[in-house]
Amino acid sequence: MTYGPPDSDAAGAEAVAGLLRRRREQIAQRWADLPLFQAVFTVTREEAVEACYSVIDSLAVVAESGRVEDLDAPGFDPIQRQLSAMTASRARAGLSTSQVDREVSALRDAAWDLLDAETVELGVEDTGEARVHLVTLFGTLRVVVIEAMLQENQEIILRQRQQLLEMATPVIKLWDRLVAVPLIGMLDSARSQVVMENLLEAIVEHKATIAILDITGVPTVDSLVAQHLMKTVASARLMGAECVISGIRPAIAQTIVQLGLDLSSVTTRATLADALQWALGRDQRGELPARGHL
Amino acid sequence: MPGASSIPVLDFGGLLLVSIQGELPDDAAVSLQEDITDAVVRTGSRGVIIDISSLDMVDSFLARVLAEIAASSRLLAARTVLVGMRPAVAITLVELGLSLPGMDTARTITDAAADFGVTIADTVQEERNTT
Repeated sequence: MTYGPPDSDAAGAEAVAGLLRRRREQIAQRWADLPLFQAVFTVTREEAVEACYSVIDSLAVVAESGRVEDLDAPGFDPIQRQLSAMTASRARAGLSTSQVDREVSALRDAAWDLLDAETVELGVEDTGEARVHLVTLFGTLRVVVIEAMLQENQEIILRQRQQLLEMATPVIKLWDRLVAVPLIGMLDSARSQVVMENLLEAIVEHKATIAILDITGVPTVDSLVAQHLMKTVASARLMGAECVISGIRPAIAQTIVQLGLDLSSVTTRATLADALQWALGRDQRGELPARGHL
Repeated sequence: MPGASSIPVLDFGGLLLVSIQGELPDDAAVSLQEDITDAVVRTGSRGVIIDISSLDMVDSFLARVLAEIAASSRLLAARTVLVGMRPAVAITLVELGLSLPGMDTARTITDAAADFGVTIADTVQEERNTT
């Protein structure tokens, strides 16, 4: 698909570009009073008007090129930058995508009214062409805005996922040289990796000889989760720490058996309390080197 | 004969202590294996402690050599304990499927020595804890 303007369209494109250039001042003044610009540029009105100018000028460039449907058209780049920042700030203010979209549509109406005023000069046919171009141009502008909104939301999701990862995997020092990880929520590959790394780092830091992996808060255990747990246990063992998995609920024990997963090489306990008792008991029997205060 | 590996095998009160520093080329790893086996026979030691806390990376070859050291020492009635493996090394080995099942491990040399019934004085540990 090419965006080159057929001859019949050229007049409409030019009319829109001309309109935007001639009425730059009027459009900018109207836009600056709209909630979209008003809410973002709160300090001075001049700032808002300046921003309007830059958007209008860029729109005129797009209209002139005739590629009003093409997001890659030369003029859209600065618009994208300007509007992305603005919509991002509207999104942070708590507006939904459709609310922001409505605010952007309001921009079109200002230009629309001014086109009405020029009908006499342009002639009926050219005005019609100009209307089609104007509508298409602002349609594309809305796409730009929605894209910016989606990107902003995507970034929020990514940030929150990162926060969740950091929050959800604390390693607790329970006793001298004894650490525990209370796992809560579903374990996927990314989280398991973080859990493993955090636990192993903690083993080094605390010179831990026993690590308790408590899965009380893990809703389901499938073969993938079990595999991750086994890998963590194997890595900890290589580093000289023994792992015990605790908090295995009856349902999970049954699932593990039904899946045919072999956890026989791993010490397991029903509750964290049992695991703690086991860890401390092992120490008293002297099977592990006596340590610190024990 | 002190081998070509240039890694000293220290006789530490009946235990053999080996600390691998820096990168270990393949031929040096093989010489180390010979050195350790020789030393076990010469000293009649019952235990070998190998410290790898300064290694950033253990490849499959070195992992195999370590497993072979453990296996051959066991034939000579000496147990091998691997000490101080870093998290990244442990993760890599497990991902490669090299979890060294027959190998004993310990976090610190003190722990490994205690495994053999040798107590390293508490003062040493306290000193380390305070630094």
